[in-house]
Amino acid sequence: MAELAISVDGLVKRFEDVVAVDGVSFSVPAGTCLGLLGPNGAGKTTTVEILEGLQEATSGTVRVLGQLWGEHAERLRARIGICLQETRFYEKLSVKETVALFRSFYPSGVEVEEAIGLVALEEKRDARVGKLSGGQRQRLALAVALVGDPEVLFLDEPTTGLDPASRRGLWDVIEALKARGRTVVLTTHYMEEAERLCDQVVIVDHGKVVAKGTPAELVASFGGAQVIEFEARPLLSLDACRALPGCSDVTTQNGTVRLHVKGLPEALPALLRTAEAAGATLVQLSTHAPTLDDVFLHLTGRSLRDEAS
Amino acid sequence: MATGRYPLGQLFLMRLRALWREPSAIFWVFIFPMLLSIVLGLAFRNQTLRKLNVAVVESPGGAAVLQALSSTPGLQTQVLPLPEARQALSRGKVALVVVAGPPPSLLVDPLVPEGRTAQLLAVDTLQRLAGRTDAIVLPEEHVSTPGRRYIDFLIPGLLGFGLMSSSVWGLGWGLVQMRTGKLLKRLVATPMRKSDLLASFILSRLLIALVETAFFLTFARLIFDVRVAGSLPSFLLVAAAGALSFGGLGLLVASRAQNSETAGGLMNLATLPMMVLSGVFFSASLFPGWMQPLVKALPLTAVIDALRAISIDGTSVFTLGGPLLVLLVWGAATFLLALRLFRWS
Repeated sequence: MAELAISVDGLVKRFEDVVAVDGVSFSVPAGTCLGLLGPNGAGKTTTVEILEGLQEATSGTVRVLGQLWGEHAERLRARIGICLQETRFYEKLSVKETVALFRSFYPSGVEVEEAIGLVALEEKRDARVGKLSGGQRQRLALAVALVGDPEVLFLDEPTTGLDPASRRGLWDVIEALKARGRTVVLTTHYMEEAERLCDQVVIVDHGKVVAKGTPAELVASFGGAQVIEFEARPLLSLDACRALPGCSDVTTQNGTVRLHVKGLPEALPALLRTAEAAGATLVQLSTHAPTLDDVFLHLTGRSLRDEAS
Repeated sequence: MATGRYPLGQLFLMRLRALWREPSAIFWVFIFPMLLSIVLGLAFRNQTLRKLNVAVVESPGGAAVLQALSSTPGLQTQVLPLPEARQALSRGKVALVVVAGPPPSLLVDPLVPEGRTAQLLAVDTLQRLAGRTDAIVLPEEHVSTPGRRYIDFLIPGLLGFGLMSSSVWGLGWGLVQMRTGKLLKRLVATPMRKSDLLASFILSRLLIALVETAFFLTFARLIFDVRVAGSLPSFLLVAAAGALSFGGLGLLVASRAQNSETAGGLMNLATLPMMVLSGVFFSASLFPGWMQPLVKALPLTAVIDALRAISIDGTSVFTLGGPLLVLLVWGAATFLLALRLFRWS
């Protein structure tokens, strides 16, 4: 088995009377990418900040690169790279000056120009931070995270708020890092991001791990079910939906009903008959194989897509 | 890259660049105190005494009176008919009305200082005209002391005030912006030594305070001919001590504030009372005796008193132990308290 870059065992974080993280355990093999998924307030950022050494755990054990924050904080800081949810660097400094500042803190690392090259910001190297677009700022944050040549990289919602092109640009950078054997831990709201980048996904809700595995494993945990989405006028009763053959789960959102069913050939005609019998019209109907988003919705009752907006 | 591998050097450069590239910071540190001293310097500039206007109402045989009054130093005469002369007096356009006579008579409001002075001068002239001779001649010595102009008093006060503002706002604002933008949090997540960050703030503040002082002194010398009577190094030393002491205050104010509004309020709370109490624009000794211990214990009073003592009286810095001790105590106390309270995120 590969060496573990990170191991988290029974992690608990309590603030006054709120339990933000409630017994989370997972591990990340070196050279892989782990995605932490969960609704807002699920405890993702708190978990990541404890891994980054920015917050102290109330109880539980966290090892990063085999070391404990309580014992080797100084050495660990030099070996990890961090991208916070949002960092406002000095607007009056140029990209190059900002990266050089951070480079000076690390005993070893990559050259300033190389870090800028890794995130494809060469054209903006002399531009003031205040003149950068949102996507360019995120790339700068990534360059700053990379300048110490980290063994483990923590990215807290690296692409939130970016346009699709900028997002894909950042994915390319992260994939290139994975290819160079770096370990990556990222939190995200985007299903595609998790499916494309993550070797393993941990879904947390209310401070607890509700599912973990590879994206394929999580989707397979649906047991080969299919998803039917429809909108009916007037609304069909949920009990009638649950009574459909092979139906295992019913959720509704803004009038759209989502059914998890064993097989489409049995469920679909039954749905049409039920609608007809109730005098309802199906204004919208679609089916698809389950995705990570369906898994997330099933486990947390909320859609990843809503979290992102 | 000479400074490439020195974190303290990089942090120091960051602070200087942040100031140098921020036009509003340049304005508040350098331009604003300059404009303020120009405006106040012009308003309170030493004027030569103006001549007093006297209206003379002509009458037959009164030519000698008009002649004598117009050649009296300090008086300016004009000839008016009586109704206009009365009107000019009641409107304050003339200080005195002389009806030429003979014998001459006066119209005056004795409660107006100009009226009283004009009366004394006119009576003296008219008595001599009538043949009075002076019993004795009084010897006079004309005295004017350098450094006693209002501008000489104002410049050290404004400099002290400027050092306080730029230290408290410069340090405090900078730190709060870094905290709200999560830059502080991002910095402590690196292997950066926290003492390097602190040292970069202190060193950059010190450098800027010295540049600020030198700039202000040069400006005051060129525009108002304000000179430092005592030693220049002593003056700079006191300015630097003040900047560091106020730096502690700025650090304390910024130690926990989570947003610009809170920080701004706290900074005003820290600096506005001193602006009033520490004698920036007038002498703090005007406050009643029971307030003096409080007034004297304020760091801004200490800085301004010490700067004035050096620049006006030429006092040696070695006799300014009192104010320097006040600065040291304030600086050390605020600094230590700030380190204890400081939040990185």
